[in-house]
Amino acid sequence: MSLIQRTAAELADALAAGETTSVELTQLHLDRIAAVDGVVHAFLHVDAEGALAQAAESDARRAAGALLSALDGVPIAVKDVLATEGLPTTCGSKILEGWIPPYDATVVARLRAAGLPILGKTNMDEFAMGSSTEHSAYGPTHNPWDLERIPGGSGGGSAAAVAAFEAPLAIGTDTGGSIRQPGAVTGTVGVKPTYGGVSRYGLVALANSLDQAGPVTRTVLDSALLHEVIGGHDPKDSTSIDQPLPDLVAAARLGATGDLSGVRVGVITELSGDGWQPGVMDRFQESVDLLVKAGAEVVEVSCPNFVHAMAAYYLILPAEASSNLAKFDAMRYGLRVWPEGKPDASAEEVMRASRDAGFGDEVKRRIILGTYALSSGYYDAFYGQAQKVRTLISRDFEAAFEKADVLVSPTAPTTAFKLGEKLDDPIAMYLNDLATIPANLAGVPGISVPSGLAEEDGLPAGFQILAPALADDRCYRVGAALEAALLAQWGGPLLDKAPALEGA
Amino acid sequence: MPEITRDEVAHLANLARIDLSDAELDHLAPQLSVILESVASISGVAGDDIPPTSHALPLTNVFREDVVTPSLTPEQALSGAPAVDEQRFSVPRILGEEA
Amino acid sequence: MTMTDTLVGFDDVLASYDPALGLEVHVELNTNTKMFCGCPAVFGGEPNTQVCPTCLGLPGAMPVVNAKAIESAIRIGLALNCEIAEWCRFARKNYFYPDMPKNFQTSQYDEPIAFEGYLDVDVDGEMFRVEIERAHMEEDTGKSLHVGGATGRIHGADHSLVDYNRAGIPLIEIVTKPIQGAGEKAPAVARAYVSQLRDLILALGVSEARMDQGNLRADVNLSLAPKGSGVLGTRTETKNVNSFRSVERAVRYEMQRHAGILDAGGSILQETRHWHEDTGITTSGREKSDAEDYRYFPEPDLVPVAPSRESVEELRGTLPENPLLKRARLQGDWGYTDLEMRDVIAAGVVGLIEETVAAGASPQAARKWWLSELGRRANDAGLDITDLDVTPAQVAAVQALVDSGSLNDKLARQVFDGLLAGEGTPEEIVAARGLAIVSDEGALSAAVDAAIAANPDVADKIRDGKVAAAGALIGAVMKEMRGQADAGRVRELVLEKLS
Repeated sequence: MSLIQRTAAELADALAAGETTSVELTQLHLDRIAAVDGVVHAFLHVDAEGALAQAAESDARRAAGALLSALDGVPIAVKDVLATEGLPTTCGSKILEGWIPPYDATVVARLRAAGLPILGKTNMDEFAMGSSTEHSAYGPTHNPWDLERIPGGSGGGSAAAVAAFEAPLAIGTDTGGSIRQPGAVTGTVGVKPTYGGVSRYGLVALANSLDQAGPVTRTVLDSALLHEVIGGHDPKDSTSIDQPLPDLVAAARLGATGDLSGVRVGVITELSGDGWQPGVMDRFQESVDLLVKAGAEVVEVSCPNFVHAMAAYYLILPAEASSNLAKFDAMRYGLRVWPEGKPDASAEEVMRASRDAGFGDEVKRRIILGTYALSSGYYDAFYGQAQKVRTLISRDFEAAFEKADVLVSPTAPTTAFKLGEKLDDPIAMYLNDLATIPANLAGVPGISVPSGLAEEDGLPAGFQILAPALADDRCYRVGAALEAALLAQWGGPLLDKAPALEGA
Repeated sequence: MPEITRDEVAHLANLARIDLSDAELDHLAPQLSVILESVASISGVAGDDIPPTSHALPLTNVFREDVVTPSLTPEQALSGAPAVDEQRFSVPRILGEEA
Repeated sequence: MTMTDTLVGFDDVLASYDPALGLEVHVELNTNTKMFCGCPAVFGGEPNTQVCPTCLGLPGAMPVVNAKAIESAIRIGLALNCEIAEWCRFARKNYFYPDMPKNFQTSQYDEPIAFEGYLDVDVDGEMFRVEIERAHMEEDTGKSLHVGGATGRIHGADHSLVDYNRAGIPLIEIVTKPIQGAGEKAPAVARAYVSQLRDLILALGVSEARMDQGNLRADVNLSLAPKGSGVLGTRTETKNVNSFRSVERAVRYEMQRHAGILDAGGSILQETRHWHEDTGITTSGREKSDAEDYRYFPEPDLVPVAPSRESVEELRGTLPENPLLKRARLQGDWGYTDLEMRDVIAAGVVGLIEETVAAGASPQAARKWWLSELGRRANDAGLDITDLDVTPAQVAAVQALVDSGSLNDKLARQVFDGLLAGEGTPEEIVAARGLAIVSDEGALSAAVDAAIAANPDVADKIRDGKVAAAGALIGAVMKEMRGQADAGRVRELVLEKLS
């Protein structure tokens, strides 16, 4: 097996054993990017020079015996929604084309402090609005399993980069499923931590009360390792939890032993039925059976208010986003467009023209929707009501977690659909996040683990595990147990079944 | 829940400072109506006795000591500016002719 | 652009209408750092040197609340007899403006930190209770420089240059309830409220509270209602009123302007108006159709503020003396008559006198300088007396020179000229201008002899016991000495020599 196909944990071991160097590993990934990213388009910006310099520093630290973390020297890709000092940060939008932040997001600062060379910035739906990366102003990312299909979104770039072995690790962000749903449709692992578990400082906000950054990897253990690097309290984020993280790596290792005795698994009634692809449901049921085999007790739980989650989400998100995106006004940074034929235009006219030219359709849709939801006269009916529905959904979770230690569902209702298929049908697009949204509304952690290929199309499906707030370790334990059982069944990683990409 | 009219979309675009073309307005208004219709189910779901949740975890009193931390250099601060003059952000004239 | 407003005589306004006032005062706190980031909150830095990702509104940056600003807000609330919220939040006030980095102001909406209070103000010796609706926390905006067109004016400018050093500095906005029933005293009540609120803020030590520097900014709401109707009319909000005098004048002007419109059968447009210090009038601000739709919602990047009752009580213990009780105490300490005390309150110089006395001057001397000499100069310069470039310590130093016999009152006035002209300390001015009293006995004696010789008939009268005639000789001597003599000593010499 070539080095780039190994897991991050294995690469860390290879580095420790002197089998390879960070410079070599980084170069191998840069080569892979050069070979396949022309067709995958996972990256918006590749920083070969910077990554190699960081890798050389890592190798020097290793020689001096002064490693910064377990993942020191293992390269990583970062979603383009996190501010990176000296590296372009566009959020997939024309309005930020060429913007180079003068500061690092806390997550990025922690990656640097842990010695992970940053390969580049990954593609995404504009300002993370979407479930397919088709809303990127720089063109869509293609699913490595089938280049005609979407890689999920908004973090399709990070998921595709990891699935296509362009990076062993990546950072994503998840507002309604943007880490987990791309994980599901690309056969990779994605984790949305407990809200407040990973700093949002430097994460260009979509919906502040829902956003969370998290790991995008090929294995559960890799996610745990990365989560421990980026997680924990940050005084620059007022909503950050001032408590130590649970021992996530230990939980993943415990789960990998395959023993889930005494663990109660709740299957959410509302997240199945009409509109759920049979092949996805088959893989889901198979996974549930494997958990039972590992000793888990399975119960069915009902979360009756989950049916309102989508509506609440599409009121809260646009409302917060409409305000967050007001700062993109062509005054201090980003695109400045003068209205045609008006060289003496006022600031306000330039704002209007720039925002029209700089934002894509989906962003405009949601800004208008959010402006409407916050307008006087509608606030109580929309935003206010949506916040109450959040309470109801949190209560559903509380009740469910009395009966079960973790809750499970398919991560997304379908496998990857064709590029363009749902592009101008917002509602159909929004339905992709049906199963992932409740966790964001309630702030609870969730993981998506590959559950195999759907029979009808041979494309990956995902298995979602949700845990109570602050109990992220449960996601890792159950996720690692399922992963171990499935790997045994498949005889190797699911990604081995993916078609080879040209140039590979 | 009221259907959203083309005029209303134009008004909202004005509030949001986006110059939408006629074609964009024609395209957006019906889409927004469909979206609003689908989220309309939310009204009446939660009664007056249900408190709103703004954040999943109820933190309070997160403060910072009143101690100065380093600012950006002016070069950094102005690095992304479309136009700079006299170490300031240069912006188009602030009021329109009507002022 | 502006049509000439028809003004109704002030007494005629009162004959037909009842005024209702509302005051919104913004106080810029003197914290070390900004409201939501660690950038310095001081004035005068080079442009864009006190900015960071947060106060510059860079994508991804997040706010963290300054603990000291919360403390100051609570102390202001307590000093205004307000309830302190057990739980409150910040909210986003959404509107676009180039000097506002995020295009929303982080403020408080329906959950202010302090609410339902009052301030009793002394208006010409009469107490008037001003009810406080709320005091809430928010952040300041950047500052724009308008280039091209008329210098510095927004109208006709080609473009603007923005400095965000001020963006994010903590502000407390104090909003009164409608003040009704003030009648003819409405302008004076407005002035007294702002002036006495400033005294309170200074006593709390939470702001420099200088109106001329924009640390304290007043917006004046005014409406008229038909006399005796008890209703509230349509109001206008006059911004940019930057001195106590202007507060009073702006209220008066708006009362007269509203009456002009109403008398002519017109109706008042609810709008923002701008005060023009130079011409003493208000003009209409830009009308914005969407101005009222700020789309407030709770700031999702911040968590609620829930001051414990213990911490509130602890802060209550740090409040300065109640201003009313304090005034009674000061009047006793200073030995002022009721009339004298009323005058110093009306002139807004209680604090200045207190500081001057603390610096060593006698209460009567301090009152004399501030009330007459310096009050007149402030008036001539069109400044609030607190904005005059003379400090209480300097006044006390001048008085000390008078007390020691080095200056007389006339020379002291010239020292004040020098202070206002920025010529240095009182001692330096005395030296530079050669103002010290001549205490050379030989020179004085010679001047007295000369005066006696030049006015033999006056001298004879004095020799005959008409001591009152000595004034003429003293005057002659003082003239000869160009005022730089101690008149008391001259008198002694004259009487000695002619006894």
